[in-house]
Amino acid sequence: MFKAIAARIQQKHRTMKYPDGAPPPLPDRFRGRPVIDTAKCPAGCDACEAACPTGALDAQDRGAIDLGKCLFCTACADACPRQAITHSHNYQLAARSRSDLTVARERPAVEVAGAALDARLKKLLGRSLKLRQVSAGGCNACEADTNVLGTVGWDLGRFGIQFVASPRHADGLLVTGPVSRNMELALRKTYDAVSDPRIVIAVGACAISGGPYAGHAEVAGGAAAIVPVDLFIPGCPPHPLTILDGLLRLIGRIEDPPSG
Amino acid sequence: MSDARPQLARLANGKAVAYDTLPVLAAEDFRDAILGGVAAHQRVSALFGTASPVPGAVRLHVVLADDERNRLFAAATDVTGSEFASLTPACPQVHLFEREIAEQFGLRPVGHPWLKPVRYCRAWTGRDAWNRPADQPILPAVGDFYRVEGEQVHEVAVGPVHAGVIEPGHFRFQCHGEQVFHLEIALGYQHRGVEQALIGGPGARTLHVTETLAGDATVAHATTYSQVTEALAGCRTSPRAQALRAVALELERLANHIGDLGALAGDVGFLPTASFCGRIRGDFLNMTALLCGSRFGRGLVRPGGVGFDVDAGRLAELGRRLDAGLKDATVAIQLLWSTQSVMARFEEVGHLPRQVAADLGIVGPAARASGLERDIRHDQPSGMYCFSHAPVSTCEAGDVFSRAYVRWMEIQYAVAFIRNQLRSLPTGAPQAPIPALAPNHFAVALNEGWRGEVCHVAITDAQGRFSRYKVVDPSFHNWPGLAYALRNQEISDFPICNKSFNLSYCGHDL
Repeated sequence: MFKAIAARIQQKHRTMKYPDGAPPPLPDRFRGRPVIDTAKCPAGCDACEAACPTGALDAQDRGAIDLGKCLFCTACADACPRQAITHSHNYQLAARSRSDLTVARERPAVEVAGAALDARLKKLLGRSLKLRQVSAGGCNACEADTNVLGTVGWDLGRFGIQFVASPRHADGLLVTGPVSRNMELALRKTYDAVSDPRIVIAVGACAISGGPYAGHAEVAGGAAAIVPVDLFIPGCPPHPLTILDGLLRLIGRIEDPPSG
Repeated sequence: MSDARPQLARLANGKAVAYDTLPVLAAEDFRDAILGGVAAHQRVSALFGTASPVPGAVRLHVVLADDERNRLFAAATDVTGSEFASLTPACPQVHLFEREIAEQFGLRPVGHPWLKPVRYCRAWTGRDAWNRPADQPILPAVGDFYRVEGEQVHEVAVGPVHAGVIEPGHFRFQCHGEQVFHLEIALGYQHRGVEQALIGGPGARTLHVTETLAGDATVAHATTYSQVTEALAGCRTSPRAQALRAVALELERLANHIGDLGALAGDVGFLPTASFCGRIRGDFLNMTALLCGSRFGRGLVRPGGVGFDVDAGRLAELGRRLDAGLKDATVAIQLLWSTQSVMARFEEVGHLPRQVAADLGIVGPAARASGLERDIRHDQPSGMYCFSHAPVSTCEAGDVFSRAYVRWMEIQYAVAFIRNQLRSLPTGAPQAPIPALAPNHFAVALNEGWRGEVCHVAITDAQGRFSRYKVVDPSFHNWPGLAYALRNQEISDFPICNKSFNLSYCGHDL
C-alpha cells in the first residue's frame, strides 16, 4: 500500500493539458503533411512520382498529394533532385471526405471546415462517443497508437470517448487495416450490430486506401469498400496526436482551422 | 553430430550462398536430416515450398538452426505428386509449416495429425489439399475443431473481433466448468497476401511491406529484410549503421516489454503498474521517434544501413531520456514483484514445461521463461551483436510469472546495451549503396526481435529478383505454446496467459 502510494508520487501527474493547453511536443524529425515547392520542379521531372511506393503523387497535377495513400516515408523527398519536397510538422490531417485528403497545390492544408459532425449527431455523440475497434488486416501499429490514447498521458475518457467491448454498446466503429478478405464478413457484421445513427472512422493509410497492400487480391483496399466512412485519419501509422485531433474535431471539441 | 551429416549446406546468419550449393536430397534423406538435426538439439527455423525446376514438382527447403554451435544448415528436396510423408508425428515443431505447405502448394502431408488450413486462402498452385471447390469462397475458421464431448462439457468461442483494441483471431475453448481442457486457435483473418507480393522484388513497396509484417516489430523485420538483401547484394554496412540498428531493436524491445508488463498488471486488476507502464511505453516509443521521427521506427532501417544519422546532441538527449525512462519503469515494475495479490495471480499459471517448449520449437522470451537458453543475439549473432553482448535471461518455471520476469531482466539488459552503444558509437557512413542482387542465390537472416526469432529467407532468380521470399515471425512458432499453456487452467486465466505471450496475428497471417 505505502509502496504503491510512493510510486504514485514518484510517477507524478501526467495527463496533458491539450486541447486547453499546448499540444505535446512532436519529435523534430516528425513527418507531418508533405509540402511540395513546385517552383523548384524541373520541367518533365517525375522522380517523386516514380519513387512513391503507393502512387500518392501525381506528376500530371504537380504538388498534389493524396494523403490517404501517403505512407509518410521519405521516398519522394529522397528522390527529388532539387529538394522540393519537405515534411512539415502539420499533424492535423483528418478529413470527413476522401477527396479532401488530396491536398492540391492551391490548398495548403487538409480542408477541415466540414470535419465536425452535423448538429444532430453532434448533439447525440458530442459528449459521449463509444467506439468499437475493428482491426481488419492492421499491423498493430495503428491499433497501438489508438490504444495509447487511453493511457493516463492522453486520457481519451476526458472527452467522453471510449472503446467498448461490444458493437451493441457502440455509437460507431474505428477501423484499421486494409480490410483483408478474411475480415470482410466480420467487419460487415460488426457494423450491422451497431444501432443507427452510427459512424465509421478509418485510421491509417491501409484503412483509407489499402496502404502498402493496395491492389492485393487478398484485401478489399480500405474500409470504405465495405462500410460508409465518416472520418479519414491518414498516416502510417498516424501519430496519436493526429488521431486525437481528428476525433476532437469530429465531435466539435476543437474548431480552430489547422495551421499551414 | 552435425558435421557427420555432410549432405546439408552450411550457412551463416546474414550470408548468401549460390543456390546450386544447396543439396537437393532424396525424400528419405531430407526427412532424416531434419529428424537427426532436431534430435541433436537443432531447431527448424523455416520449412517452406517453392516452385521446382523439375516439372510438376514442388521443392521443399529447410533451414535448421544449431544454436549451441552457432551454425545454420539448409537443404532441399523435390516432391512429385500431391503428397509427402508428414514429419509432424516425429517432430511436432514442423506441424504448422506442413499445414502451410499444404495450403500454399496443395501437397498433403500424409500422417499429419491435424491437417487444417493456416490462413484460409487459395493455393498458389491451383491444387487444393482439401479438394475445396474453386467456385465457393473459403471462409476463415470454418471447419472442424477439436471437441471434447461429455456431460457438462461446453464450448466457448471468442472472436474474430475482440473486446479491446487488438487484432482479430478466433479462440475455441473446450471447458468443464471453469476448467479449460483444450484451446484451439484459428487465425488467418489478417492474411493480406504478403509472401506472394514479395515475389519479383525488391520493389518500391518491399521495404514498407516488411515494416508492416508485424507493425510493433518494425525494426526487427526491416533489419532482417535489409540483412537478406545486403547479403545477396554483397553490400557491407558501416559499424555505425549496425550500432544504430541494434539501438533501435533494443528500444523496440523496451517499449513492448514495458507495455506487456503494464498490460499483465491490468489483467490482474493492479492498476498502478498498468497506468504507469502504459505511459512509460510511450516514452520509449518516443525515443525511437527521436531517432527517426516515427514511434515505430518506420524509415529508420533500410537496405544499406539506416535512413537517419545522429549527432552528439541527439545521442545525449537519448541517453537522458533512457535514464529517466528506466527510473520510472523500475519503480512501476518493482511494484509487481512486491505485491502479493499480483504474484498470486502470476505464479503457477499458464505453465509451459521446458520439454514441451523444446518440442514445439518455442522461441523468444516464452522459450527462455521455460528454461531454454535460446536467443539469436547470443546464439547466431549478426551486426553489432557480434561485438557487444546482451546476456541471455532465463527462468525455470515456465509460468506467467517467468514470462513476465524474463521481460524485466531483458529490460535492464537492453538499457545497459544501449548505454554501451551510446558511449562509443562507431564512425562510418549511415548508408552504403546497394548493388544489384546476385542471381540464383539463397540467403538467410535471423534476428532476436522482442517476441523472438525473426527469420527471413530469400531465393533469387536468374535476374536477381526474389523468386521466393519466406518470412517466419516468432508468433508462427509460439501460438501453439499459448494453446498448450491454457490446458487445465481456468478460462479466466486466458487474458494473463495471452498477454504473457503477446503474439502477433498479422505476423502469423502475413
